[in-house]
Amino acid sequence: MNELTSVMNELLSIKPVVLWSDVLIYILVASLGLFFYQLSKNPLARQRWRTVFHSRAGVASFIVILFYLLIALLDSLHYRAPLEKTEGSDEVHYSQEVHSVLDVVLTELRNKDEKTYSAPFAIYSFAKENMQTDDGVVYRDFPRLANAGQHLADEADHGKDVFVRSMKALLVAAFISAVILGLHIAWRQRQQRQQCSRGLTTQQTLPWGTIYLTLSLLVLACCWVLELSKVYHILGTDKVGQDVLYWSIKAIRTGVLIGTLATLLTLPLAIVLGISAGYFKGWVDDVVQYIYTTLSSIPGILLIAASVLLIDVYIETHPEQFNLVAVRADFKFLALCFILGMTSWTGLCRLLRAETLKVSQLDYVQAAHAFGVGHNRIIYRHILPNITHIILIALVLDFSVFVLAEAVLSYIGVGVDPSMASWGNMINEARSELSRDPVVWWSVAAAFVLMFVLVLAANLFSDRVRDAFDPRSA
Amino acid sequence: MELLQVENLSIELLPGKYQQAGRLLVKPVSFSIRAGEILALVGESGSGKSLTSLALMRLLPEALAIRSGRVQLAGTDVFNLTEAQMNSVRGRMAAMVFQEPQSSLNPVQTIEQQIGEVLRLHKGLSGAALREKIISLLHEVGINDAEQRLGWYPHQLSGGQKQRVVIAIALACEPQLLIADEPTTALDVTIQKQILELLNELRRKRQLAVLLITHDMGVVAQMADRVAVMRYGEIVEQAVASEFFAAPKHEYSRALIHSLPDRRHFLSAPAQSEPLLQLKDVRVWFAQRKGILQRVVGHTKAVDGISLSIGRGETLALVGESGSGKSTAGRAILSLEPLAGGELYFAGERIDQLSQRQFLPLRKRIQVIFQDPFSSMNPRMNVRDILAEGMIALKVEPDAEKREQRLQALLQRVGLEVAHLDRFPHEFSGGQRQRLAIARAIAVEPELIICDEPTSALDVSIRGQVLQLLQELQQEMGLSYLFITHDLSIIPHLAHRVAVMKDGVIVEQGDTEQIMTAPQHDYTRSLLASVPVSPV
Repeated sequence: MNELTSVMNELLSIKPVVLWSDVLIYILVASLGLFFYQLSKNPLARQRWRTVFHSRAGVASFIVILFYLLIALLDSLHYRAPLEKTEGSDEVHYSQEVHSVLDVVLTELRNKDEKTYSAPFAIYSFAKENMQTDDGVVYRDFPRLANAGQHLADEADHGKDVFVRSMKALLVAAFISAVILGLHIAWRQRQQRQQCSRGLTTQQTLPWGTIYLTLSLLVLACCWVLELSKVYHILGTDKVGQDVLYWSIKAIRTGVLIGTLATLLTLPLAIVLGISAGYFKGWVDDVVQYIYTTLSSIPGILLIAASVLLIDVYIETHPEQFNLVAVRADFKFLALCFILGMTSWTGLCRLLRAETLKVSQLDYVQAAHAFGVGHNRIIYRHILPNITHIILIALVLDFSVFVLAEAVLSYIGVGVDPSMASWGNMINEARSELSRDPVVWWSVAAAFVLMFVLVLAANLFSDRVRDAFDPRSA
Repeated sequence: MELLQVENLSIELLPGKYQQAGRLLVKPVSFSIRAGEILALVGESGSGKSLTSLALMRLLPEALAIRSGRVQLAGTDVFNLTEAQMNSVRGRMAAMVFQEPQSSLNPVQTIEQQIGEVLRLHKGLSGAALREKIISLLHEVGINDAEQRLGWYPHQLSGGQKQRVVIAIALACEPQLLIADEPTTALDVTIQKQILELLNELRRKRQLAVLLITHDMGVVAQMADRVAVMRYGEIVEQAVASEFFAAPKHEYSRALIHSLPDRRHFLSAPAQSEPLLQLKDVRVWFAQRKGILQRVVGHTKAVDGISLSIGRGETLALVGESGSGKSTAGRAILSLEPLAGGELYFAGERIDQLSQRQFLPLRKRIQVIFQDPFSSMNPRMNVRDILAEGMIALKVEPDAEKREQRLQALLQRVGLEVAHLDRFPHEFSGGQRQRLAIARAIAVEPELIICDEPTSALDVSIRGQVLQLLQELQQEMGLSYLFITHDLSIIPHLAHRVAVMKDGVIVEQGDTEQIMTAPQHDYTRSLLASVPVSPV
């Protein structure tokens, strides 16, 4: 009981921090929920989306994307912990560091810094150090790590320990999955019985086997990481001794946000300009074409680099607006998303203009003209629904492009703030790491694997979406 | 001696993503063709006639497979050949001519290159011999100035000339069998006549066996020695042409023959009242623009001064070949194209100078039905929304409950069911969609409907039903129609008056009977002469 109250007190004493990008993530999750709610009302769209989720690759990649989104959401619930009260003052001061709920989950990983590089699962450091024996002789060797493998009585047990702990994680994961799946299967059977008793024929169902498998694998991965990270650095540590796994997980939020935000920012411009150019033709078309031809004839990287420099200058000259490191990094990050969005709408705009030109010549648009239907209504009822498939496909494809773009931009030094975890920053550091001998490969590999899984899932999902929405296959 | 012998050929749609079991698309069919004979394979769209011809050449698309049967071409079993041997059969022994000459020719190669390719491959000709052969082929298919046209590209040729080049390519290696898949469907009637005559002449001269695939009974009557009628993947009747037309055995054959319009009965014009719609010297010009500043350098005169009038309850047929400006004239009446000159009167009021807003009340009174029933309805809207769109936009029936009742009544009127309201356009056949288009037009109770080739995308048996519906509606609601068409054969029992259009001007207009029986202008006469004649 006492413990509970102390936990409650601690919870009440923290100060929540809401960054602008957090708000955007909340909105994103809320609109996703709203989208699925809307879907339940529209039979045609539901039919289409059902084919997406009835394919194994579609549903598996969707679950993986949801998992990434969940991590990003956890990482977006920020707070500042209170500091110890100074004597003689009742005022509560808060830490300058902003943490998130994800940090609480990964406390084990966060607070276990080493001095410098160490390889995955290593118990010795990667660099030699001067050390003293008990009798004062100075010698040079690889020191033991402060936070990895300390529990081992005998170093020879290292491999065995990893194996035993992996097995333990496997058992726990199997148990958790069995409970979840068992409950769900039981619930499904009850549903089916009820449907049967009501005389309803069972509809074509989702590929539950794939869903269960994907979920179990995710549970297993979580259990394994949580179990082994207690005593090892699963993916080693970086130059200043921070756990690589921790930073690559933190980078998920950056990747997901930059992908979705930049994409969503391109949409309004591309849709409005593309449709007006294709529909109204004439001088509107000329102006829009002029704008996007000009924009796409300037190298995108150049535009982005110039804009990022502008933002940097703004931050330098207005320090009072950015009292926390996290706020500054957040502002820079949002600016980067904005710039990416503003410079990459031309491709989609071109596609939409061409498609609108085609659709607006079709008889049903002519018939609507003959009925005296207004321009706005024609665009909303006739044009937009018939080019939605292009928008959807572009949305998902652009997503992976932006995740990759962030890595490239950080590499040339105009990416997100160095204090913010991002795969681009990790790859950027790998420049010097890969030229060492022996090679420090793990931070670039960690960034690569996590990025690869996200981009692959997004691509697979977009493939299914395209199949489902392509009018030729419908 | 039979040149081509097909025995029990059946074609199957392989089981795939969207269906579990395979489905027979062509049930075992057997037929044969002698050298110098034309066999017409007749049927409506989807009856499997094109699939049969593709199977003969072993050119079926991947999802389809030959299930059973044997095809003997000049004594060789086609299905036993290797793919390499088959390549020498295609072109050398049997050749194909497709419907659309536009897409059968490569737009970036000259006609010399395209004809030469086949000759080089199969005959090994080159140099002067090759050129000479190409020229003689072009002469044979009736292209004048063949020497000068060798270096031409397809876009420089007219539709009929393109089809002649396609036939020249097919004939280049002197095949014994020619498969012509709807060779004239995409062509104007006058051109159709020339191409059919060419085919007829060629088969006599070369003793060609021709498998003529068509849906047009007029073409069959004119060309075929023997007829095979195909329906739902089965040949329901096979007979010598003269016997077939004299005494068709199968019920479906009879229906096909009777779908040929009767050309001896004419509608009498209704009592003349004041004209509902009147065009005076109407011109529609499209500006040709050039350069960065898009200056107007000239005009394409799509419609160049036409005058006509339509009375209440009257049908005026506007006849012409493609590119004659007849559809543009219809769009101009709907105020979808600006006029370059002339005057438009509707019910006595001048309407050509109205703004879009001022035109709005007239939208209720002038409606339109388009040619292609597949593109004339938004695929993402259900029938209720499609039909109600005009009623809402023009405020015909603002009350939702009454509107629903109107919609139901409308659907029943055009021969559909109330339950169809919640369906989407892709769930309907072409004929049903055209009924929906009619329902949409009459929903706002117009006085004039502009029918832009409403039946040319439909099969013959359905065409008759749609025309029947249009006529019933005319009598019930006193509608006037401007009926734009290239098909002279449907005019007699549809139109009260006819206007013949060519190159943007009206060359002749008058009562239907007069135009059809005693045409004054040369062009009208050649149009009439090109229409395949019913033998009945």
